[in-house]
Amino acid sequence: MTGLGRFVRTTAFKLSAIYIAVFTVFSVFFVLYISYSTNVLLNQQLRDTIATELLGLSDQYRVGGLPAVVEVIEQRAHTPGASLYLVTDVSGRILAGNVAEVSPELLTSPGTQPIIVRYQRYAGDTGQRTAMVQVVRLSGGFLLLVGRDIGERDQFRQIVSRALVLALVLMIALALISYIFVSRRVLKRIDSLSATSRHIMLGDLSGRLEVTGSGDEFDRLADSVNAMLDRIEHLIYGIKDVSDNIAHDLKTPLTRLRNRVEAALGARPDPVAYRAALETTIEESDQLIKTFNALLMIARIEAGSSDGEMAEVDASAIVRDVAELYEPVAEEADVDLTVDAGQPIMLKASRELLGQAIANIIDNAMKHAAPGEGEGRRLAVFISTAREGDTLVLRVADNGPGIAPGDRERALQRFVRLERSRSKPGSGLGLSLVAAVVRLHHGTIELGDGNPGLVVTIRVPLMRDDG
Amino acid sequence: MRILLIEDDREAAAYLTKALREAGHVPDHAGDGDTGAAMAADGSYDVLVVDRMLPKRDGLSLIEELRTKGDHTPALILSALGQVDDRVAGLRAGGDDYLAKPYAFSELLARVEALARRRKPEAAETVYRVADLELDRLGHTVSRAGLPIPLQPREFRLLEYLMKHAGQVVTRTMLLENVWDYHFDPQTNVIDVHISRLRAKIDRGFAEPRLHTVRGAGYMIK
Repeated sequence: MTGLGRFVRTTAFKLSAIYIAVFTVFSVFFVLYISYSTNVLLNQQLRDTIATELLGLSDQYRVGGLPAVVEVIEQRAHTPGASLYLVTDVSGRILAGNVAEVSPELLTSPGTQPIIVRYQRYAGDTGQRTAMVQVVRLSGGFLLLVGRDIGERDQFRQIVSRALVLALVLMIALALISYIFVSRRVLKRIDSLSATSRHIMLGDLSGRLEVTGSGDEFDRLADSVNAMLDRIEHLIYGIKDVSDNIAHDLKTPLTRLRNRVEAALGARPDPVAYRAALETTIEESDQLIKTFNALLMIARIEAGSSDGEMAEVDASAIVRDVAELYEPVAEEADVDLTVDAGQPIMLKASRELLGQAIANIIDNAMKHAAPGEGEGRRLAVFISTAREGDTLVLRVADNGPGIAPGDRERALQRFVRLERSRSKPGSGLGLSLVAAVVRLHHGTIELGDGNPGLVVTIRVPLMRDDG
Repeated sequence: MRILLIEDDREAAAYLTKALREAGHVPDHAGDGDTGAAMAADGSYDVLVVDRMLPKRDGLSLIEELRTKGDHTPALILSALGQVDDRVAGLRAGGDDYLAKPYAFSELLARVEALARRRKPEAAETVYRVADLELDRLGHTVSRAGLPIPLQPREFRLLEYLMKHAGQVVTRTMLLENVWDYHFDPQTNVIDVHISRLRAKIDRGFAEPRLHTVRGAGYMIK
C-alpha cells in the first residue's frame, strides 16, 4: 500500500474532497450569479442613460431644429466621460458628434432598442472600442445616434470577476490547508487507536485506548471502546475463573464419587452395601448437576444471553411469594421470617430470576446465620421492599454473625465459601447467582453490617432508558 | 398408554424404553426427527416425548408442525438446555411440558403420566373426590369424612393439584412449577415442609392416610 493510496483512502480525505467540491460548486455559482446580476444592472443603467439623452435631444430638435441639437451635442461631446453622439443627414454625412465611424448599415436601420456595436472614436482609431448605441430617425431624414462606451462596464466586470476568482482560489487553498491539518491530526489519532487495538489483540487485555481529555469524538470513541474492553476483560476473567473453579469444585466431588463406586466394587459382594453406594452416587450426582446448572445459569446471565423473560412484575409480590414458600421451612427451623413488602413496586424484571435470587438470599441467611450450639439466640430474618425515588430497594437482614468487611466482596464471587461455612452444605454459588441476577437488572448489591448480622441490600432502577 | 419417544441418543432411548415398559406403558422409539414426525403423524399416541436436538429435524419444529396440522397430542420436550428462556421457547412451540437433562426417570414418568391425564376432558369437574376426601374448587372448601378442613390459600392449591392428579406420582418440581409457578430448584426441602403441613391437616386423626410419599419420586394422593 503506497503512502499516497493510504492517504487518499482515509475518511478525512474523502470528507475534505466532498467539502471542497461542494464549496467550489457553491462559490462558482455565487461568482456567476454576482457577475450576471452586475451585468444586468449595468446594462439597464446604460439603456436608461441612452433613452434619457435621446428623449432630451429629440425635444431639442422639435424646439430648435437641427442647429439646436448640433449645439448641444458639440457642447456635451467634449466634456470628459461624455456619451457618444452622432448626427447625420440622409446621405450619411456626419453633421456633428464625437464618433468617427460606425458601420453604415447601423445608420440606415434605426431601432427601438439599444444594440452593441464597434466604432471608431476618431479617424484612424485602432482601439477595440465597443459601445451600446441607439439610432433614431428625426423628422427631415436626419439620423441621431446616442451611445455609451461599454469599455468601462467591461472593465468593471473584469475587476469583479477577478476578485471573485481570487476569492475562490483562496477558499480552495484554505480548504486544502485545513484538510491537510485536520487529516494529519485525525490520522495520527486513528493510527494511535489502531496501534493500541493491535496491541490489545495480541493478548494484553489490560491495554486501553488513549483519552486526551479534549472531549472530542475520538475521546468519546476511546471511552466507549475502553468500556467495551473493560466488559470483555471482565467476561474473560469470569470464564477463566469459572474454569479454574470447575476444575476444583467439580472435580473434587467427581473424584469422591468415583472412589466410592470403586470401593464398593472392590469390596465383598453385598447387595445392601451396593445399594447404599448406588444411592449415595445418585445423590451426589444430583448435587453435581445442581452445581453445574447454577454455574451455567450464572454464566448465561452474565453473558447477557439469558434474560429469563423480562416482564412487568411487582417486586413486593415476588418477595411475599418466595417468603411464603420458605415460611414453613423457617418455622420448622425455628427462624423468625418477617416480611414487610406491602407496597406494590412495579418494574420490568424476570419474575423467575428475581424469585430465585430472593430464595437464594433467604436460603443463605437460614444456612449461615443460624445460631451455633448454646448461643441462646433465635435467628431472625427480615425482608423488606421499599421504593426510593426511581429505585427498588430490597433488603434482607439477619441477626447472625455477619460477614467481615474484608470478605464481603469475595462472598459474591463464584465458589467462594467463607471459612465459617465450609462445613455446611452448598456450592458457594448462591450469592454469585444473586449478584448476576442483580447485574442483569442493572442494579447493585451490597453486603453491609446489621450490627449484628448481615444486611443484603439490592437496588434496582425501576425505569431504564435502554427499554 | 402408548408413548412415542423421539430421541437420538441410543443408550438413553434404550433405557427409557425399558423403564417405560416396566412402568406398564407401550413405548415406541424413533431415532431422528423425520422418522419421529412420520410416526407421530398417525395420531395413535397418548404422549410424545421429544428430544429438542434431533438429527434431520429439530424437536421444536416437529411439534410446531404437528400443532399446525391440528394434532394436539401432549408433548414433553427433553433438552440439555434448561434455562427459563429455553423453557419458554419450548412451550411456545407447542410443547406441553419441558424437562431439562439430566433428569431422574421418576420425574419423567410422573410428567408423562400427568400429560396423558391432561388429555382427558376434565371440563366441568368442580369437585375432586378421593375416597372420603373432598375438595370443592368453586367453594374453596375441603372436607374429609364430612368434616370441614380449613386450609390456607396455598395449601388449597397444593391439594387441588395433588387431587387433580390423584393416583399419580407428583414430583416436587412439578409442585413448585404448578402451584408456585417457579422453575428453579430450591436448595432446601421447602416443598417437603409444605407437604407435611398439608398432611398434618388432612390426615391427622384418620387411620388411613390419603397423602403418600413415594420414595425417591414425590407424592401421591390416593
